[in-house]
Amino acid sequence: MESLARRCNPVTLLFAVLSLAALSVSGMRPAFVCNEIITRFIRDGVMVLALIIPVTAGMGLNFAIVVGAICAQVGLVLAVDYQLPGAESLLLIAAVGVTLSVILGYFIGVCLNRARGREMITTILIGFLATSIYQLVFMVGYGTIITPHNTEMMLSRGTGIRNMVDLQHFRNLLDSIWLVHLGEIEIPLFMFLVVCGMAATVKYILHTRLGKHFAAVGFRGDRVELLGLDSSRIRIMAIVLSTVIACLGHIIFIQNIGMLNVYTAHLNTDIFSCAALLAGGATVSEARVRHALIGIVLFHTLFVVSPQAGQNLFGNPALGEYFRSFVAYGTIAVALVCNLQRRGADGILNRQKDRDR
Amino acid sequence: MNAPRQHIPQLVIALFLALMMGGAIWLKIPLSWVINDALVRLAMNGVLVLSLVPMLNAGIGINFGLPVAVVAGLLGMCLTVNWKMTGLTGFVAAVLMAAVIAVIFGSVFGRILNRVRGREEITATFIGFSFIPLTNFFWATAPFTNPAMLWPIGGKGMRPTIGLKSSFAKILNDFLPLEIGPFVIPCGLLLFFACSCLLVHLFFRSATGKAMQAVGENEGYARLCGIDIDWMRQLATILSTVIGAVGICVYAQSYGFIELYDAPMMLAFPAASALLIGGSIAGRTSVLNVIIGTFLFHTMYILSGPLANDLLVPEMAEIFRLLLTNGVILFAMLHAGGRNGKPCPAM
Repeated sequence: MESLARRCNPVTLLFAVLSLAALSVSGMRPAFVCNEIITRFIRDGVMVLALIIPVTAGMGLNFAIVVGAICAQVGLVLAVDYQLPGAESLLLIAAVGVTLSVILGYFIGVCLNRARGREMITTILIGFLATSIYQLVFMVGYGTIITPHNTEMMLSRGTGIRNMVDLQHFRNLLDSIWLVHLGEIEIPLFMFLVVCGMAATVKYILHTRLGKHFAAVGFRGDRVELLGLDSSRIRIMAIVLSTVIACLGHIIFIQNIGMLNVYTAHLNTDIFSCAALLAGGATVSEARVRHALIGIVLFHTLFVVSPQAGQNLFGNPALGEYFRSFVAYGTIAVALVCNLQRRGADGILNRQKDRDR
Repeated sequence: MNAPRQHIPQLVIALFLALMMGGAIWLKIPLSWVINDALVRLAMNGVLVLSLVPMLNAGIGINFGLPVAVVAGLLGMCLTVNWKMTGLTGFVAAVLMAAVIAVIFGSVFGRILNRVRGREEITATFIGFSFIPLTNFFWATAPFTNPAMLWPIGGKGMRPTIGLKSSFAKILNDFLPLEIGPFVIPCGLLLFFACSCLLVHLFFRSATGKAMQAVGENEGYARLCGIDIDWMRQLATILSTVIGAVGICVYAQSYGFIELYDAPMMLAFPAASALLIGGSIAGRTSVLNVIIGTFLFHTMYILSGPLANDLLVPEMAEIFRLLLTNGVILFAMLHAGGRNGKPCPAM
């Protein structure tokens, strides 16, 4: 009984109750909601998985997955610039994105090693800074320093890329493979398998030697050096892996949407992914693949139905919208307040005290 | 810690400012306009920057939860506008009401921050972020009655921007202006800012202020001295919240508008950046850091607009400001080296 109570995370339970209540109030068709959730599961699944490794390595929620998203967008813009056809361009995007995210992930890791104990706030700032640099390059650099090959995507003044770039070559390129219809419900089986495969990969990584090293660093970062492990290097590895997975996740996200909001598509990916992970029952010091998968479904159910529920309850869809963003930010705030008390920067001390007792 | 490295952001900003000044003179941007604007912006944003000082000195870190304080201020102002108080009475009433609300918010906020020792900054950030949609809910449904604040159609819910022209816009800006040739020195505004700075300075000279600083510098030692650490930290948070609430009142009267909804969300970052440019380091931040930092940061803010317009792409100014804002905070984070870099609290 006790283990059951421990398994049922209160946050997850709250999300489940809220989602069901909102679903019944909204009066939306279950088939429609189901389709929406499947789409969002595929769209955002990999991004959420990217958060698990840094949490295991004791670095908290990695808000710098925005940088991974930016790497993917750089690849996408280049692919549009060189006007490559579908499948080839996808390879180019993946190659450019992964290379960039390995390099940038390394730098983020180096930064975070300098800011031990306050990694989360540092990753937020790294995300903001990367966004500014990215916008500077594509709004000012393109057309002045970098010569564009495809003039269609440029603004009429000749400097800077349009806000919205159409990705007709690879809209739903992957989603349309193995599309299965079950009554009204459409399941893109291939992408579903890709997300599940990614989940399995993350789980596998956590069970390898490297994964055990992550867990060791996360458990007692200060003492693992006695075991002959280089904690700085392991932390850098964790961030590099996270950034690469985030980059792949964002490629999937963009190809599903089919349009690229050049300057804004990557914003908020970090907040929503973190909130989804926490909704699944993860904490800032422990996250499993299971949490990510449950979290995406619960969080996005609430996300899909809440505007309509707000409309039906209060006659104002904006209220549902506010509720949505409150849920996203509030989940993270609550998780931080509840979990850090025992396992914060003083967590090591507390653990020592617990053992002494 | 070696001293010269601490001044890198200041040096970079000063150099940058000198370059921009050169550019401004070259483009024949009138110097009087720049200086007038710089003075107004110094006092307009200064109080908000000042509000970070108590929490920083008490060792809680940068208050990224500034939106909480700002909402208290907005609430105070909205109440006065709703009751149609105008002129100086209106402003004083707004400040007083904001302060009272801020005390309530601050004590709750402080209690939460006491629970999350060691990671106050990230928690404060997200408390601030999640407080904004919560207040959006309030703004959209609150029973305010003054039609000047409500949506013209439907008459329910607040407008995103409320003009203060008929109540207390520019009340401090136009108080005792001193005109010397083309320069206009807003004495009233500067006086208000100077008084706030003086009060904070005097507070940190008092026994309570000294105790607060002791908590920030060495918690273990402070505990041995018999200082109630939890109360000191809570007091620092309350003080920060009250000053922040007053700060947004000053800002709004100078700007001429109350901005509701998502506007306060990112206010904490420029303020933090200004303070860090001023040379503040953990555990020791003086009022002088606030004044220098705000002046440098906002003069740069003023100059970057017209320069980017004339030289390059107009959007560049905004991107560049954000780049500098976040870059400075990130530099400070990496420079401090996290908790390991600070004098370690002996528990």
